[in-house]
Amino acid sequence: MRDMPELPVDDPAIRLAGLSKRFATGGTLALAEVSLEVRSGEIFGIVGRSGAGKSTLVRTVNLLERPDAGAVTVLGQDLLGLDAAALRKARRGIGMVFQHFNLHHRRTVAENIAFPLEVAGMPHAERAARVAELLPLVGLEAKRDAYPAQLSGGQKQRVGIARALASRPRILLCDEATSALDPETTAEILALIRDLRDRLQLTVLLITHEMAVVKSICDRVAVMEAGRVIEQGPVLEVFTRPRQPTTRRFVAEVIGHGVPSETLARLPAPRPGEARRLVQVLFLGPHSTRAVISEASRDFGIDLDIAAGRIDSIAGEPFGVMALAAYGPAEALEAAFAWMRGLGLVIEEIAA
Amino acid sequence: MSWLTPMMQDLLIEALGQTLVMVGVSTVLAIAFGLPLALLLHVTGPNGLTPRPWLNRPLGLVVNAARSTPFIILMVAIVPFTRLVAGTSIGTGAAIVPLALAATAFLARLFENALREVDPGVVEAALAMGASRGQIVWKVLVPEALPGLVAAVTVALVSLVGFSAMAGAIGGGGLGDLGIRFGYQRFMPEVMASVVLILILLVQGLQSIGDWLVRRLSHR
Repeated sequence: MRDMPELPVDDPAIRLAGLSKRFATGGTLALAEVSLEVRSGEIFGIVGRSGAGKSTLVRTVNLLERPDAGAVTVLGQDLLGLDAAALRKARRGIGMVFQHFNLHHRRTVAENIAFPLEVAGMPHAERAARVAELLPLVGLEAKRDAYPAQLSGGQKQRVGIARALASRPRILLCDEATSALDPETTAEILALIRDLRDRLQLTVLLITHEMAVVKSICDRVAVMEAGRVIEQGPVLEVFTRPRQPTTRRFVAEVIGHGVPSETLARLPAPRPGEARRLVQVLFLGPHSTRAVISEASRDFGIDLDIAAGRIDSIAGEPFGVMALAAYGPAEALEAAFAWMRGLGLVIEEIAA
Repeated sequence: MSWLTPMMQDLLIEALGQTLVMVGVSTVLAIAFGLPLALLLHVTGPNGLTPRPWLNRPLGLVVNAARSTPFIILMVAIVPFTRLVAGTSIGTGAAIVPLALAATAFLARLFENALREVDPGVVEAALAMGASRGQIVWKVLVPEALPGLVAAVTVALVSLVGFSAMAGAIGGGGLGDLGIRFGYQRFMPEVMASVVLILILLVQGLQSIGDWLVRRLSHR
């Protein structure tokens, strides 16, 4: 885990309580009693397939979408209780970045970034000074007078981010901010968001359908399905011990065992009287794989064949994932796996 | 070119002047009335900033009614109104009233279409940044739609040149009227040809200027 001040849970930056929303009368619930707390200073990810309700959820945080029921509290302020003018003011304290950037086509980069300041009534000279601070923050000094059409996707999103941060919000909402970008640009933008969070002490709520995004920058994650949060927790925990089938599928996307089916097919058959099991082993922290494997092999009298393996990291924490083909008496295999689980390894069967 | 006597030249110049005045003034009026009307239609529409079906539907009906009435009929039908506004029901000034009315309805729809082309995401982003409705209209909708609005004005100008040819029916004068009276009724095909040529040049010129402006304004 990244070093983060432990804040009392009863003082979250964003608190969504019992949110429900139905778009058409008689239609399905876009949100079904969703409750969520985002702590100050963390990057909280909401992951889900399209239609899971995550986009609706993030849009309730600044009330672009009004829930039918529930409470939205941002930085201690109950947004649903505000009148139109007070809500507009509150929205200036919540930056938002969009999937399709949503830039003004007829405004230059500088003019786009200045827009929220203009809306807030900041005088021209101050606006120009603030824009001059923001451009280097997102690395766009050279593009100040360019129009969006002249920018790459990544550059457009940098403008979007600078614009979202112009009025010094403490909260940043990212609505699929990297989904329209290629993998390299995605990594760049995510690194920028993390860097800005650290430098400006932002609280970030981002939604995505890509688990890779969650893996690379989130501290905590909630998994949504059919308008509900089905699982949430620290990213490392959700990745290593997913409880719900949907979560497992998401997790498998990024830390799948990675064994090609040809390799699986070529694994030798077990000797007569012995069993063969294919498992994915996930290990975190201090275990040395080799020691565990050789020890298991020696102590339980089984053969362990590494079919695939790699070291990766989640939320800055290294972890390893390995596909093992284990041969030996069925009971010995079972005992070996139990022993490995006891060491804190996460073991799952791979369908051959 | 024996037909092109000094008197004929004067007539052609005078008629061109009348056409320009009728088209120009009614376009300015149509923009002045049509843009607010279009904004009202847009923001009260089903996907607008403040949907108001009770206002939007009747307004749409009125605009459509004005647009579906043939101009020559509209011109005659609103004579009492013309007399009220212009103080007379004949002449170039009087012709401007029905022209402006028809152009307002026409432009309101074209403007509304141009506003509809504005990326709703940009409007949403402005809302998220705490912009008020007025700010969204004047800082987002209108500026973002500007190339489309200019293109709409170009189309309206060209249509008005055509409409203005009918202004002769109420003594409005203009090139169309000259063409009818001299070219057709007095069997002077040269006059007719000259009128048509001038109108073609006028329309081409307006279209080129409009296209150039649209290109300059859009940064896509």
